[in-house]
This record gives sequence, C-alpha cells and structure tokens, in this order.
Amino acid sequence: MNATFIQALRSLVGEGLITSRDELRTYECDGLTNFRVVPLAVALPSTAEQVQAIVRLCAEEHVAFVARGSGTGLSGGALPVEGGIVISLARLNHILELDIPNARVVVEPGVINAAVTQRVAPFGYFYAPDPSSQSICTIGGNVAENSGGAHCLKYGFTTTHVLGLEVVLPDGSLVQLGGTTLDTPGYDLPGVFVGSEGTLGVTTKVMLRIVKRPEVIQTLLAAFDSTNTAGAAVSDIIGSGILPAAIEMMDNLAIQAAEASVHAGYPNCGGLLLVELDGPAAEVEALMAQVKEQCEKHHASEIRVAQSEAERMVIWKGRKAAFAAMGRISPNYIVQDGVIPRTALPQVMDEIERLSAVAGLRVANVFHAGDGNLHPLVLYDGRIEGQEHDAEELSGEILKLCVRVGGSITGEHGVGQEKKMFMSEMFAEPDLETMQLVRCAFDPDHLSNPGKVFPRTPLCAEKQGPYVPHPREISGEAQFF
Amino acid sequence: MPELAKTTSEQALRAIVVEGYLRHGGPADAVCGVVPELYAEPANEAELARVLEYANRAGMQVAPRGGGTKLDWGSAPQAIDLLISTARFNRILEHAPGDMTIMVEAGTTMRQIQGALSPHRQRIALDPLWPECATVGGVLAANDSGTLRVRYGGVRDLIIGITVILPDGTIAKSGGKVVKNVAGYDLPKLMSGALGTLGIITRAVFRLHPLPESSRTLTLQFVDRETANQFMLSVTDSIAVPTGLQMRTEASGMVEVDVRLDGIAAGIAAQAEIVRKLAGGAKPVEHGSDPWQAREQLWKSGESATICKLSMLPNQLSSTAEFVREALSVDAEWSLVMQSTGLAWLRADAADWAQISGFIPALRVFLAPSGGTVVLLKAPMAVRQKVDVWGDIGNALPLMKKVKEQFDPRGILNRGRFVGGI
Repeated sequence: MNATFIQALRSLVGEGLITSRDELRTYECDGLTNFRVVPLAVALPSTAEQVQAIVRLCAEEHVAFVARGSGTGLSGGALPVEGGIVISLARLNHILELDIPNARVVVEPGVINAAVTQRVAPFGYFYAPDPSSQSICTIGGNVAENSGGAHCLKYGFTTTHVLGLEVVLPDGSLVQLGGTTLDTPGYDLPGVFVGSEGTLGVTTKVMLRIVKRPEVIQTLLAAFDSTNTAGAAVSDIIGSGILPAAIEMMDNLAIQAAEASVHAGYPNCGGLLLVELDGPAAEVEALMAQVKEQCEKHHASEIRVAQSEAERMVIWKGRKAAFAAMGRISPNYIVQDGVIPRTALPQVMDEIERLSAVAGLRVANVFHAGDGNLHPLVLYDGRIEGQEHDAEELSGEILKLCVRVGGSITGEHGVGQEKKMFMSEMFAEPDLETMQLVRCAFDPDHLSNPGKVFPRTPLCAEKQGPYVPHPREISGEAQFF
Repeated sequence: MPELAKTTSEQALRAIVVEGYLRHGGPADAVCGVVPELYAEPANEAELARVLEYANRAGMQVAPRGGGTKLDWGSAPQAIDLLISTARFNRILEHAPGDMTIMVEAGTTMRQIQGALSPHRQRIALDPLWPECATVGGVLAANDSGTLRVRYGGVRDLIIGITVILPDGTIAKSGGKVVKNVAGYDLPKLMSGALGTLGIITRAVFRLHPLPESSRTLTLQFVDRETANQFMLSVTDSIAVPTGLQMRTEASGMVEVDVRLDGIAAGIAAQAEIVRKLAGGAKPVEHGSDPWQAREQLWKSGESATICKLSMLPNQLSSTAEFVREALSVDAEWSLVMQSTGLAWLRADAADWAQISGFIPALRVFLAPSGGTVVLLKAPMAVRQKVDVWGDIGNALPLMKKVKEQFDPRGILNRGRFVGGI
C-alpha cells in the first residue's frame, strides 16, 4: 500500500516529496528532541490546493498527517506519527496582502514570524506576538501553538491577532473560519482552531491584525538579591496600575548562562528584572519613574535604563538566548513551561528550590514574570546513568506544583506529545471529554496529528443511539468515554 | 409537546427544583416572542445539570436565560418547553486582586462585578449594553462588547476560563485561572458568541485591567462622513492609543467623532494635542450627555425600529453610512454608531417595513465583498419574517453544524435561534 500511496503523493506534489530515509530523519522531531519518529514521507506543497489534495488523499487512504512549520516547537507538536506523513508548509511562505489603513495582513502559514514585522515596519507597524524563536518560527506554527512571547502581557497571544483562517479540514474540504472583519456570525472557530496544535486541520492562509508601533519603548534592568524580592517588585509595579509591555525575570543561573553566551552585560545578582514600557513618550516617562521607585523600594542594587536602541537589543538578546545559553553551563537541560498566578511566585520559587535540592539537580529560572509564565530549565548530564530520568521527574513535579497553586501546565509551548499525560492533572475527565467533542466535529477519524494533546483518543459518535461497541474498542486499541 | 408529556415533565422537574423555583412561563419570559411552557431557576450547578439532563432525555426544548436583556436577539425558536434562568448564580466566587483575575457565576450582572472591582481600582475592560441587568453569561453568549473594544478587545480576549453544562448533564470546565494558558482547546472562545446553543454557561473567569487614573473624551463635529472616517484612521495610525473611538451619524446629516483618552494626566494631554492636530478644522463640541452611551440609546426608540450590528473594515465606515443614506428613503429616520474597530450599530425606522426588508439584504451585498456582515438584533415581526437574522455564513456552516451535533446531539438548546438554523 505504501508504494502506491507514495506514488499518488508524488503525482500531487512532484519534486516536493521526500522519501529517502536519510532526508526523512531531518523531520523525525521538532524542538523537543527526546521523541523521534521517522515519517513515511514528507510532502512540501506549494499551494493551498496541493495541501487540500494531499489531505484528501490521506483521508481516502486513512493515513495520518502532521503539519509542520519550522519545527521549533518545544512540546513535540510536530513529531511525526508512525506510518503517517509530514506536510511541511515551508513553501507556502508568501505575504499575500498588506492592508495598512485597516491594519491587516494576509499571509501563508510558512511565513516567518519576524518577516511580518519586517514587512510592515516601514509603515510604522509591527506584528505583536514575539516568541523567542521569532526569527525562524512560522506563523502557521504560531497558529497551531497559540504562541505568546515576552510582549503578550500587554498585546495578547497569537489568538488575539488572528482574525481569520483558511484551513483544510481533515476530510480535505477547504473552509474559511472568521474573516478580515470582527465578529463574523457563527461559532468562533478561529478561536478554537488557534492553539489546537495541528489536531483540527492544516492552515493554508492566516488573516492577521498588526499593531501601530508605540512612540517610545524604554527598557529597564533592575538587580535584586533574590527572585522573591524581584517578584515582590513585579507585584507592586502591576498593582500600581501599570501595564508594562513586558516584564521578564531571570535567576542567577540563567544570568550566568546568558552572560557566558551573549555578554548582555547583566549584573550578577539573585534576581534580575527586565521591564519594558511602551506608549506615548510623556506617559512612558512618568510611568518609568514609578517603576524605578518600586524597584528602589525593594532595594534593587542596580537600576539601569537602556540609553539606546542598540543597548535595548542587547538586553533582549540575552533574554531571548537564555534557553540556548544553558548549553554553556550544562550538557543537557529540559525546558519547562508552566504558569502560576503571579502572587504565588515566592511560594513556587521556594518549592522549586526544595525539589531541586531533593533531586540533586540544578534548575535555572527564566520567567515572563508579568503573566506568571515560568520557564524552569532543569539541568542534567545525560551521560550520567539515571540523570535524564531524574530530570524528567523533577520537571514533572514542577508542573504539578503549577497546577496545585491554580496555574497551568503550559503557557505557550503547548501540550503536544510531551505533556498529554499531564492534562489529567489539570482537567477532570468530563472537561477533557468535552474538549474532545470539538475534535470529533473537526476530525472524527483522527487523521490530523493524532495522539497529541490528549491522554487518550476518543471514538467519535456520529449520532446518539443504542450503544454499539466500536471494533477498535473491542480490540482494546481505544476507549469510549 | 403533548399535554400528557407536559404534565410528566413538570412533575419530574418539580422533583429536582425546589418549590418556588419552577413555575409556568408568562409573556415576560418570551424569547423572540415565544413564551416558554415552564420556567426554572436552579440553585446551583449540580441542580442545573440534573434539570438539563432530564430535559435532554425528555426531548424538551430549552432556552437559557441570564438577565433577559437580549432575549430577542437571534432567530425565533419554534417552541420553548423550558426556560432555565441563571438568576440564582449571582456570586462573585473569587477575586484575586494581585493576579488581576476574577471568577464569577454566570448570573452575576456586569454592574455588580464592576462595583466590586472598583474599590481595587480594577475592572473587566468590557462595557456591554445594559450593565445593570445584563449578566456575565448573557454577555458571553451574545458576544456583546462596547466602546472599550478598540483598546482591550472583546469578550473573547478577556475571558480566560469557563464552566458550561452540556445537555447530557456533563459539567465541564476549560481554560483556567491564569491569563496565559494553552492547555487544551480554547472552549471559552467557542462558547463566547454561541448564543447558548452548545451548553449553559455557569461560571467564567476573566482577566482584569487597572482602572485608568483619569479619562478624557474629545468630541469633534465634522462636515462630512468621509473626513470623519479619515480622521479616525489617522488617529489609529498615530501614536495616540484611544480607549474609545467612534463616529455618530444620522439621517439629519450630523457627523461627530468621540475620542476617549485614558491614563495619567501627562499622557492624556500629549495625546489630546496629537488628536487635535489630526482633527484639522473639525469643531470641538461639548454635550451634556455621555456620548459613549450612544449605542445603548439606539434601543430607546420606538417599537417599530430595526437595529442591526454591522461589521466592516475600519476604512469603510463612511462609505457604509453613505450607502445607508442612499438606500433608505429621505423620510426614514436612522442613526449609526460606528467604532474604529469596524463594528457598527444601525437603527433604522422607516414608515414602510417592506423598505427595511429590502434594505438589509442590499446592505449585506454591499459589505460582503470585503468580508463585512449584518446581523439583525431587533426588528418588527414583519421584517423578521422576510429577512434572515444572520445572513450568509459562508463555507464553514457545515462544520458549525457538526460542532453543534457533538455538543447537543438532540438539538435541545436554543434550537433554531443561531446561524443556519442551528
């Protein structure tokens, strides 16, 4: 069957098909490298029609498919499925329409995030979601993951900026969800599609909102003796009614790593805050004075405001390189992504420290402190027997801790393959069953990125009626909720 | 529903809902003119779940109700056997000022919530219609947002968690209590604007924003709509960040634009300066009344008026207003409140209903090429009989029907009120 299927695929995409095992290995994982599956084939369509034809073929032949952007995801969302194909959207990389007066842009999914800002910058606009991987990640991947970034505290997530989508549904039909105007009548399907991690279909076009660049942007660095003191300053800044564009925090280990890697000139301290304000000049100036006051109140040992755009960029470079910089201080590390209510920070930091001591592993902490999104980095040495396992355990304990204090198991990296078993920590069975109803409406045959996000695959009922067990249920392959 | 079945259902429901909270429906409970047979006010989620589960088994047609302010929105249902009110779901469950989130029951009114938040200098940055009566559940279900949308987004952008009860009695929550969260499908968004057709909302969690230190509104009078629209676009394109930006215009030819600037005094002054420069020769005007109430004022007209929600691109406000002027006869009364987001509300009152019935489809045709839409919110029966409330839904309608089938396989929730007969 494989040979015939591949031949049929080739007839659809011509040279845009990868089947040799060596080349396929490029696609065996995404940014989460501890899961690997070599796909049956990788199709590289150039048009929405080709995507549609591929998906239709997959539906007919009952072959699973996984859409892929740049493969920078950190939860295994683009991990191939055994016996399935990967649909790479890399060639659908055109910015199709630019409508500056209405602050809208229409792009194909393979367009790089930063390219959107680049394109609209001459008009004084920017595309707000800015994941740290923005120079290589694609808009399609951002849509799948509902990517955030440092600035979503003020500007919102990908979903805030997606007005409409053109998608190929798992049965091969091409539909438009939402549009270029607000509140299109009907269910908010773009709302549920964004962040569905590729499980509801393949995006072929995205209608985005862009944002006017603020008059001024000011970035402040403040050094504190601990993350708890820095956290208290964050609470006071936000409590005083200021909504910064971003507030980032790094602990000492993270600072050391960033310094070793990009020499951002960070002060060596227990807790570093990076506060960015933007808006009309008069407002930013007055509010920045307030931010400084709050930092002084919490005995910041050093407060520095970037004096030039170049200086500001260096500060950000250190922060955005923080994950990769871990390689400088540890052979291996796990990037975690949990969310807590901001006020729980001191409690959570103490507990992470305790867990880290018990496990005998170092944890570096990088946070989007304004919205309570933690990125603990669990450091380990894979060459030491059992350490990888211990690191995974510790990483999982931290997630459970986030849920216990009322938070979430993921703020922006997604559930993917990595965290699906943690969904049950956060949600009860009826909650998960209810989410799966959406899956059943979009993809009753589970062909679109199957096995991701949820701990189990439900069987989708067409209509309610007398109960008849599904063959896959009888064979024990699946279970009906 | 046959008489015998009615009696049986009533008895069964009396066993679930305590005395005094189940009664027969009356004209005041009508949904789009349809009077429900029974009216229930369950005490809590468990009770509501049992009521709904029973209704589902018995095949009763159910309509959810919050404050009852928007019961005439949507298409008319064929029949309603049971109206389920969230009137007793009126508690603020959890306000975390430091985390700037609030969890409330669905029957809480917007005013009640904002009142509880204001001592903390916080708010849900949403100004829907009739906040004194409108409940959270109703505002969510109807996706009603007001003038703050331009700066803070709509319902979908402010809700972070939801609990809904499905027809089979499942109590399901999704989202969470933190602002940033991508675990699982975003059902808070799916439920927002679903008009109660997928489940009954029982609680919601919102992110909060600080109340501005001060606020100032500039109102400017323009000689024509095109200049006013250009001015609005130039404000959007400037470094000013208004929290409200709307055009008010009507048959008389009046054209005024309101700009609201919030924040600290220094910031407001600097932005006001920019706005005044952009306004060119437009004349500043002072009104005694609050111009941001203009949308709600549209409903204060006579019973014969038709009110629609329009959605268009922000640079189409003036051409749309001109289309309205040309399409309606000279003696027709109409007024428009148009936001810089492209959302607008139109009240049209013509002596001749046939004229309105012909006008709405024409307006839809005018807006469709650029993705614009027109939804009827209020209309005389004569207009409703001729014009579909929702208009063309596009090629995602079959998918929407599948979503409905999954959540409500027997079609008991608000059947017929939503798009495409859902």
